[in-house]
Amino acid sequence: MEIKILGSGCKKCHQLEKNVKDTVEKLQITADIEHVTDIEKIIGYGVMSTPALVVDNKVVSTGKILKDKELVGIFGSRE
Amino acid sequence: MFKWLENLIWLLVENVFGLEQGSNLAGSVHFFFYDVIKILILLSMMIFLISYVRSYFQTERTRRIVSKFRGIQANFMASLLGIVTPFCSCSSVPLFIGFVEGGIPLGVTFSFLITSPIVNEAAFVILLASFGVKTALLYVVCGVLIGTLGGYLIGRLKLERYVEDYVWKLQMGAGEEIKQNQKERFAFAWSQLREIVGRIWIYLLIGIGIGAAIHGWAPEEILARYAGPENPLAVIVAVICGIPLYSNALGAIPIAEALIGKGVGLGTALAFLMAVTALSLPEMIILRKVIKVKLIGAFLVITGIGIILVGYLFNAIYQYL
Repeated sequence: MEIKILGSGCKKCHQLEKNVKDTVEKLQITADIEHVTDIEKIIGYGVMSTPALVVDNKVVSTGKILKDKELVGIFGSRE
Repeated sequence: MFKWLENLIWLLVENVFGLEQGSNLAGSVHFFFYDVIKILILLSMMIFLISYVRSYFQTERTRRIVSKFRGIQANFMASLLGIVTPFCSCSSVPLFIGFVEGGIPLGVTFSFLITSPIVNEAAFVILLASFGVKTALLYVVCGVLIGTLGGYLIGRLKLERYVEDYVWKLQMGAGEEIKQNQKERFAFAWSQLREIVGRIWIYLLIGIGIGAAIHGWAPEEILARYAGPENPLAVIVAVICGIPLYSNALGAIPIAEALIGKGVGLGTALAFLMAVTALSLPEMIILRKVIKVKLIGAFLVITGIGIILVGYLFNAIYQYL
């Protein structure tokens, strides 16, 4: 699974990244996690509010710090 | 609305702390506990409510709605939607690019960027708590007005050349709205509530602490003389002071409340509040990535003047509210 966190490097984005890493570890998924801060790429995904989460090139959430429970739902449905 | 709480806290102050009503210390202690509890209750309710509403207004949708309007109507819509669209200053850059790329005129984009921070739930709550519904609503109306007219003016000045060149060259991907069910909306509202209160409570305590000290000890005559509604310079000074203060925006509210109680003009305090939220230095630094200094300057001057005018308006009509 390819997971990208889109964000400008603000506190919320780091929080989301941490939550994602924790959940991935907990679920023992093999995933590439990348924190994208390049505005050109963020815009390329059509995202206007950060932090956003991209899983396998699909934007699944914008402007939210997803919690563990929500992340389990997202990753679980894609396994 | 909160008479019960006021009385309850007096019981606490008199019986638990053993302080007598009428002394400076008792007044300050009462102000502190009463304000902390009252503001937390109101703020929590308001954040939950507005966050729920906001779950219906993702940025993509707002952009789509705004793009259907033309002229000053577009400014007005952008301004209105600025209230209900979830937005934090760290998203300023992608939002700005998204709007401009989506064909929204520069001035209309600014209408959104001006109103969005001015009309925030925290400012609304404190006004509601301290001055009632009329003042709180008038504040919202003024915020929308500043955004509408300020953005319109920026649009008329044709400042597009002060947008960084690369912005026009970027390719915006097709963003789509993410579907949510009711459960997710409520979860979003709840997490917003926890996140915001968790972040701001310390500023609130500090602000209310200072407010309490002002309440108990600040010299009324001096404040009223220098910062009262009759002093026209006070509004301008308040707005300038508000620019560098940002992280303490919420702490500034109880201070403003206490100052008003001491004779500072309502308009002066409101102008200060608006300046703290709308003219923030960190946000301008973020926006510098997409717009040039001259445009930031225009934004600052236009919004600043709008806020000053609102300050005068409130000072003039305060006694009739």
